[in-house]
Amino acid sequence: MASAPLLQVIGLQTHFNTFGGARIVKAVDDVSFTLREGETLGLVGESGSGKTTTCLSIVGLLPRAGRIVGGRILFEGDDLTRKSQRELRRIRGRRIAVILQDPMASLNPLFTIFRQVAEPAFFHQHLRGRTLRERVQGLLRAVRIPSPEWRMRDYPHQMSGGMRQRIVGAIALAGGPRLVIADEPTTNLDVTIQAQYLDLLKEIQRETGVALIFVTHNLGIVAKMCDRVAVMYAGKIVEQAPVRELFDDPKHPYTRALLGSVPKLGSKEPLYSIRGQPPNPASLPTGCAFHPRCPAAMPRCATDEPRDFVPGDGSVARCWLLDDALTRS
Amino acid sequence: MPSPVLEVRGLKKHFPVRRRLFGGAATWVKAVDGVDFAVHAGETLGLIGESGCGKTTTSKLILRQETPTAGTIKFDGRDIASLQGSDFMAYRRAVQVVFQDPFSSLSPRMRIGDIIAEPLEIHTDLSRAAIGERVGKVLELVGLPPDAAPLFPHEFSGGQRQRIAIARALATDTRLIVLDEPVSALDVSVRAQIINQLEALQRTLGVSYLFIGHDLATVAHISHRIAVMYLGQIVETAQSDALCARPMHPYTKALFAAALPSHPDDRTEEKSIAGEIPSPLNLPSGCRFHPRCPVAMPICSQVAPTLRRRDGEGEVACHLYD
Repeated sequence: MASAPLLQVIGLQTHFNTFGGARIVKAVDDVSFTLREGETLGLVGESGSGKTTTCLSIVGLLPRAGRIVGGRILFEGDDLTRKSQRELRRIRGRRIAVILQDPMASLNPLFTIFRQVAEPAFFHQHLRGRTLRERVQGLLRAVRIPSPEWRMRDYPHQMSGGMRQRIVGAIALAGGPRLVIADEPTTNLDVTIQAQYLDLLKEIQRETGVALIFVTHNLGIVAKMCDRVAVMYAGKIVEQAPVRELFDDPKHPYTRALLGSVPKLGSKEPLYSIRGQPPNPASLPTGCAFHPRCPAAMPRCATDEPRDFVPGDGSVARCWLLDDALTRS
Repeated sequence: MPSPVLEVRGLKKHFPVRRRLFGGAATWVKAVDGVDFAVHAGETLGLIGESGCGKTTTSKLILRQETPTAGTIKFDGRDIASLQGSDFMAYRRAVQVVFQDPFSSLSPRMRIGDIIAEPLEIHTDLSRAAIGERVGKVLELVGLPPDAAPLFPHEFSGGQRQRIAIARALATDTRLIVLDEPVSALDVSVRAQIINQLEALQRTLGVSYLFIGHDLATVAHISHRIAVMYLGQIVETAQSDALCARPMHPYTKALFAAALPSHPDDRTEEKSIAGEIPSPLNLPSGCRFHPRCPVAMPICSQVAPTLRRRDGEGEVACHLYD
């Protein structure tokens, strides 16, 4: 692994203006993480936790109401927050690619598979004619589309859901990216198809050494795919750790609750459930945003926002419990 | 064993596609093709399978939203196809449903109290005051405050809405609830709440569930018995523990292999099964799973296997165990 990180997000803040600027939603609030070449980071959280907004901020595809108001995003040494849309266009699809949840929405129903898979190679690598055709066939073969020389003439509706998502994967790889951001890519797929797709992504990663950011709410996918995990809650990363440390010794009560609320195969024990539901990002609780649901909340959790604590096993967590644990020892 | 609440025998539902010029259907989709199972009082039967396996069609047949092509569905020993008038109303009262998406299954224009009261107004001759009291009671039962009744669905989160849908299903003296992927649309931390709530309700009320799902771990957690469906047929049934301990059908094994690990140390290098689910328009000959089966034999493409007893309680349809 290279020593300089591929991607460094430092103190990212992304806000949405609603009601004509009358209200500000802090969708992403002081998020920092780094990603090295070939590494897989899982970005875990429930709906409204800011995981998708974080990704859209990185690639500069925020909706119009959204704005990066603070922080830096260093990719291969360049600050992406200072790039113009024109410059970003040269990075998106070539250096960074995105796979979204719904393959039907990311494929154009009016264009053939060939045209859509060829586009990045056409624009970014200036391939034409036979070289372009061979490149597309190679990409489709890489994502296990049978007889690509025929199937590339088809339209998206002629493909199954699993195949469509694999084609979106082929488009993502077409520019030869160093970073692929996958936003819940398997949510719409059947279990056996999901397993095939995840295996395929891993294989491609082994071959090309591409780094992955996996956005998901499914801890099983994290356990299967990721090297490191960042758990998001209400716009903040509440815990970040190598995957084994996170599953063996979760530090934040929210992480513990998430892990306990997932049924385990063959176990009939009652599930651990957190009371309440994820907060509305437009009106967050004071202090630690998790305190109204936290089983270990203390008086100061309601007033003071916790800072990052580093317990020393490679993890970072935002919780006052660690303050006490660390000062006592 | 006492007689089951619901008993399904040889159930088939074939949908016509592409009609010929003069009426007759040219092709049939065999959505459900010969399914047998039973649900006992206070029991949860899990129905698991991937898209197109016929689990939702099965639930529609049970709710009498569709009429079967062949086979019978018996409730308390009576064929539901023959029920009419007040008997049919009694069936509707006893069998309720909770759908996957609580954002579309509750009318946005009705107050919570009216949503839950609706089945009571149709099925009972209770007074207004008695209905109001009953609404408050079922709201409490599902863990919502009784004074939530005058609110509208948009004032609730996804998990709370699913509780409201469950409250509506419980309002009449319900004996069987068809749960069609009731937690798939919910956030992870809220799923556990709903599953625990459903289990607690079953313990106190003795209601039976038919739990339809695609996530093995969730279905195995809540169900006493599980039936695995593939392309319109049941390929294996067993007690939930027995199925987890020793899946026998290659498709069940494939589902377990595809299940996500609960810890990074449980990552397997086991290959997931190849291929996709065939189109129900063009079913494979013999065993429907044979084109994807890693252990298929010559006989599998010729003869369809029948369900036979597996060890312990349960059945499996596979030539491996002939």
